[in-house]
Amino acid sequence: MSTFTIASIPREELLAPGHRMCQGCGAAIVMRHLLKALGKNIIVAHATGCVEVTTTLYPETAWRVPWIHVAFENAAAVASGIEAALKSLKKKGVLSYEKRVKVVAIGGDGGTVDIGLQALSGMLERGHDVLYVLYDNEAYMNTGIQRSGATPLYAWTTTTPAGSVWRGEWRRKKDIIGIVKAHGVPYVATVNFAYVTDFYAKLRKATEIEGPTFIHAYSPCVPGWRYEPHLTVKIAKLAVQTGIWVNYEIEKGTFRVTTPVPKRLPVEEYLKVQGRFAHLTKEEVETIQKLVDEDVEYINKLAGATVIGPVEKK
Amino acid sequence: MGKLVPLSGNYAVAYAAKAADVDVVAAYPITPQTAVVEKLAEFVANGELHAEFLHVESEHSALSAVVGASATGARVFTATSAQGLLLMYEIMHIASTMRLPIVMGIATRAISAPINIWCDHSDFMAAADTGWIMFMAVNAQEAHDLVIAAYRIAEDPDVHLPVAVGYDGFIVSHTIEPVNIIEKEEALRYAPKRVTWFTLNPEKPVTMGSLASPEWYYEFRVQLQKALESSAKVITTAFREFKQHFGREYREVDGFYTDDADVILVTMGSTTGTAISYAEEVRKAGLKVGVLNVRLFRPFPEREVLKHIEEAKVVAVIDRALNPGSSFVGPLYSDIAVTAFKKGLDIPITNYVTGLGGRAVLKSHLDTIVKHAYGLIGKRMRDIDTHYAFVGVRE
Amino acid sequence: MSSLPGWRDLPRGATITEPGSSVKYKTASWRVMRPVIDQEKCIRCRICWTYCPEPAIIELDEPYTTKTGRTFKVTYSIDYDYCKGCGICAEECPVKAITMVEEVR
Repeated sequence: MSTFTIASIPREELLAPGHRMCQGCGAAIVMRHLLKALGKNIIVAHATGCVEVTTTLYPETAWRVPWIHVAFENAAAVASGIEAALKSLKKKGVLSYEKRVKVVAIGGDGGTVDIGLQALSGMLERGHDVLYVLYDNEAYMNTGIQRSGATPLYAWTTTTPAGSVWRGEWRRKKDIIGIVKAHGVPYVATVNFAYVTDFYAKLRKATEIEGPTFIHAYSPCVPGWRYEPHLTVKIAKLAVQTGIWVNYEIEKGTFRVTTPVPKRLPVEEYLKVQGRFAHLTKEEVETIQKLVDEDVEYINKLAGATVIGPVEKK
Repeated sequence: MGKLVPLSGNYAVAYAAKAADVDVVAAYPITPQTAVVEKLAEFVANGELHAEFLHVESEHSALSAVVGASATGARVFTATSAQGLLLMYEIMHIASTMRLPIVMGIATRAISAPINIWCDHSDFMAAADTGWIMFMAVNAQEAHDLVIAAYRIAEDPDVHLPVAVGYDGFIVSHTIEPVNIIEKEEALRYAPKRVTWFTLNPEKPVTMGSLASPEWYYEFRVQLQKALESSAKVITTAFREFKQHFGREYREVDGFYTDDADVILVTMGSTTGTAISYAEEVRKAGLKVGVLNVRLFRPFPEREVLKHIEEAKVVAVIDRALNPGSSFVGPLYSDIAVTAFKKGLDIPITNYVTGLGGRAVLKSHLDTIVKHAYGLIGKRMRDIDTHYAFVGVRE
Repeated sequence: MSSLPGWRDLPRGATITEPGSSVKYKTASWRVMRPVIDQEKCIRCRICWTYCPEPAIIELDEPYTTKTGRTFKVTYSIDYDYCKGCGICAEECPVKAITMVEEVR
């Protein structure tokens, strides 16, 4: 789909440095390219979360686009109101700007799959022309690594510690894409910045399409996932190479894997570089591998071909 | 001048939002507010009101959506009651400190549990400390007029605050009265649309809703308090202009027979009408009873209240709400008592909690209150054992 | 703290009117290791620039000719005011042109 290359990434930075996101923060990379992909003609409604607090510490802001934060659970509702206002004021000839302004809602996994799910559902169902971006770092990182509905199986968090009874999180990650898709929205996609051209192509598509669109962005967290900050991009690549994360899109119901992986790496390669999985036994790793295998089988079935291949030991 | 039409309080409020030419409406149905939303939907459906109508999935999203719309420069409206208002509670504080001129109607209703859809002021009073300018209307005409005045006040460059207009659930919201309707052209002449607050615009990007550390937070909360204090002047001006435009006169509080009254009943909402009628009756029998109606609840009009109660012998405050476990029991009472205390007014100021959950406030209840109050004439606050009573409850 | 503006002088509602003003806050002090680009080795692939979370790698329109005679139109330079020293650039550089050295202050 993409003639987009690294060379075509715009130079202009719409997220300013000086923000307080962590060393090696995955969400910072997501936000930086998100803004580059969308351009200046947007209005952002942001849910409470790490990116929100670390980019807008009064009296300074890292944002070079109009931006609003109201609360944790309502980014989608605030975005709906902004979009409705733009529509109404445009119809009445009040707005001074002529070009289409895309409204973008941004939320973390807690703000999206848990506390913000109701507002998200309302926004999707009402059909607002809003792009919703979920940056998923798989726990409540802002408050200090508590599990969310997006925390993966066996992951250590401060509220799912690994002890003699608990083995970290014991439930599987909530299928947010499935939930969003069920609203019949025109475009849903997963993105991983380690595959940056795919990231741009999807964000641009999601912006151009009229109506509610949803992007699920993979977002590694250095302190929450317990790894060295220089490994952020490496881990993001491993997520795709092991098949635990699949880059795909669903456009008007048509499913397509955008990053085929002919030969998969064992999921252990992904798990072993992260401290949140350090307590895992061989059996637990095997359980995760089995679940990834099942997910890959399902993905291939949807794709109608083996786009994600079998695991090949190194 | 407008025309006289029979309208319920809810419809009167919907007509006011229409006259104000609101750009975005977001609301969620709840009894007894629902008819406002229905009427506004009808206006939009018929092309009588050119607004985006958001069928939100909750009151939390209703207020969140109008926050977003207001921050984009739209004139917005929402309305709710009871549980809906409580669900909005979090966002109410945010709307006020972010200084957004949102206007909301509140058809007042009791709060759960037990669930009860009928009138009292528990919901309205629960929102009293959210930083909104708050009015309580006594009838449908007032509800209509105050919603229009609310836009004039909220959007004033010296204010930039959200405004709530309360009106009694069912008693006002569902009772049909003749209402002098203000037309759009007149409303816009009185309250023209002028966007002077910060808005989200790609041509001039701002960051709204930032994180303020201990070095900064305090100043913004003080800013809110000061904004409410100084809005009082604009409210007075807005009422004066309202009279010039529409002939009807409103004040922060209304005194009826307060000049020579021994006992003053302090009321809000529809109880005021009952109290005036009661006062007129007992005055024939020689009881000097006055009534003070509190129309503006936030910012609390201390000076105006004092003018009326200064010469009274007993002030009997009637609350249709309860602050369980507090030192003052009724919320209106706390404001009246503190106002009096600050001026050293050492007369009995007593609290009567009545009409909870839609129980009618009858003249017989007022009679009980007045008789009790008369028994306190000549006493000082410190002489009274208990400062409050429940009236109309079964023991 | 007393030198900061009072409530009267602050924009309403904690609104920030200067976009991108976080540049006033230098994050250099967060850095323990400092990335150093070897301009001779650098192939101008843009990968370090792409993956910098700050952004603290600047793309300059400054031509550079290597000793072996290869000329590039752009030069990449670390903005040490903001670089937090995460090391992603060094890790991802395909030709190992970036090394992390201990920060000396």
